[in-house]
Amino acid sequence: MVRDIEDIVVSTLSRFLIPFMQVFSLYVFAHGHSSPGGGFQGGCIMAAAFILIVIAYDLREAKRRFKEKALLIFCCLGVFIYVGTGFLCLLLGSNFLDYSILSKVLPADPVKARYYGMAMIELGVQITVMAIMLSIFLDLVTKGEHEGALEEDV
Amino acid sequence: MKKVLAFIAIIITGALLVYGVEDFPKWADPNQPASLHVSPRYIEHALDETAVPNLVTAILADYRGFDTMFETAVIFTAGIVVMMLLRRPRKW
Repeated sequence: MVRDIEDIVVSTLSRFLIPFMQVFSLYVFAHGHSSPGGGFQGGCIMAAAFILIVIAYDLREAKRRFKEKALLIFCCLGVFIYVGTGFLCLLLGSNFLDYSILSKVLPADPVKARYYGMAMIELGVQITVMAIMLSIFLDLVTKGEHEGALEEDV
Repeated sequence: MKKVLAFIAIIITGALLVYGVEDFPKWADPNQPASLHVSPRYIEHALDETAVPNLVTAILADYRGFDTMFETAVIFTAGIVVMMLLRRPRKW
């Protein structure tokens, strides 16, 4: 069922391309405040870079690199960062997701604290979107046998 | 027979929706309520209130941060559901 076809052109090219895609994803994420971009788009580009690894190499390699448990932890971590930022604002005595109060714990004035708070929630969105896209792709492409079951086909 | 009934129900629902669209403001009408109240408020006060130079980010992450949070939760739920539906145990 799983075939080991490794095309040298595709794998070499993707080896060159993937770091640039990842850096571009972080650029899109970091520029979400002042230009088009943000966590969602950056997460999708990051997931596309990882999916390119899966396409260029084979499923067994992908399964070795991307454990289902780790992906699940990342999914939860992203949502946790977002909601945690909201509740941190609440705990510091302000409204939910009112970032200016974060200047109490961050070494910054309220305007800069807003910037950091938004960067934090964008980070949460980025991590969740990246992990979920990759997890859906891997679940679909391995027919749900992402973890386990592949060994018996060898 | 069931299929015919379902088809009729779909036709009626669709017709009701199209009828409801008639009451909407015209496309890109400058006098529609959204352009009269919400948009000028955001355009005029976003920089003072949120200190974000980008209007889109100001609305996405600040005015509607709660909305964006549940958007992320929806993505999360979608991924978990795909995992639950497709995933198979090691030995079937």
